[in-house]
Amino acid sequence: MLITCPYCGPRDVIEFTYQGDGNRERPQPASQNLDAWNAYVYDRLNPAGDHNEIWQHSGGCRAHLRVVRNTLTHEIRSTTFARGGHKAEGRS
Amino acid sequence: MAEHQLPERLSPLEPDYHLGSHGNFEHGVDVILSETRPGSILQLAAWPGEEKRLIEVIRKVTGLALPDGAGGGVSSSARAVFGFAPGKFTVVDEAEGLAAAFAGVITPAIGTLTDLSHGRTAMRIAGPKAEWVMAKFFAIDFALPAFPLGAGRSTNHHDIFAQIQRSGADQFDIYVFRSFARSFWKALCHASEEVGYEVQ
Ligand SMILES: [Zn+2]
Repeated sequence: MLITCPYCGPRDVIEFTYQGDGNRERPQPASQNLDAWNAYVYDRLNPAGDHNEIWQHSGGCRAHLRVVRNTLTHEIRSTTFARGGHKAEGRS
Repeated sequence: MAEHQLPERLSPLEPDYHLGSHGNFEHGVDVILSETRPGSILQLAAWPGEEKRLIEVIRKVTGLALPDGAGGGVSSSARAVFGFAPGKFTVVDEAEGLAAAFAGVITPAIGTLTDLSHGRTAMRIAGPKAEWVMAKFFAIDFALPAFPLGAGRSTNHHDIFAQIQRSGADQFDIYVFRSFARSFWKALCHASEEVGYEVQ
């Protein structure tokens, strides 16, 4: 599986670290909404198909990336920097 | 500040640094390996949006003009600079004291400066089989069109993180953690045996 880092170009998946589901919406740190925290920690879509994910190019430029990966074919549909242009979700 | 004496730096490669020709060199030496021992190895990082200002600071201090684009770089005989991550650059000088030259010029509003002069070891591989040997270590394209002169790459070899700059058409400079440097050097020598190598 190759992931095309927006900075480094196509690299083997071994250079990357999976940082989790990119659909999570982190509640404000002070939030006491237990349902929102429960959803953030436990609820996952687990789709058979395109999936929003956060990856880090840990063995390269170390940037955090938003990746759309097809869970059936492992096709990488898109990669962008997690920083900027996205709502504050996942880890970045 | 010429009176400012830094401790003498010892090479971590010393016990396994054997000058001369080795391996299968009867038909010629196809790569030359060496430790370049730069006096200064710095990592500069710009805050988001401050990249252009940092690049301008690098040009003023080193005289090296970074080309546009990810991983772009340039080197002269004494100095080198290349991008290794978004907004981050490695700057190398043959002489010690480059950190002092940047201090005060990289203001807190622009970014940060980390002096890695004692934390990295620089090795050079040069020769007609340099691309071949490098390709055995790293899963990246070393061909000149994909990895142009002066450009930098961040990658790793079995968890030994490496920054690589192409400093010549058939020459690469590799920066690795000093604590892993001897292990990597020995691997580099082993990988070069088949083509014949000379340590200079
Ligand atoms: Zn990268």
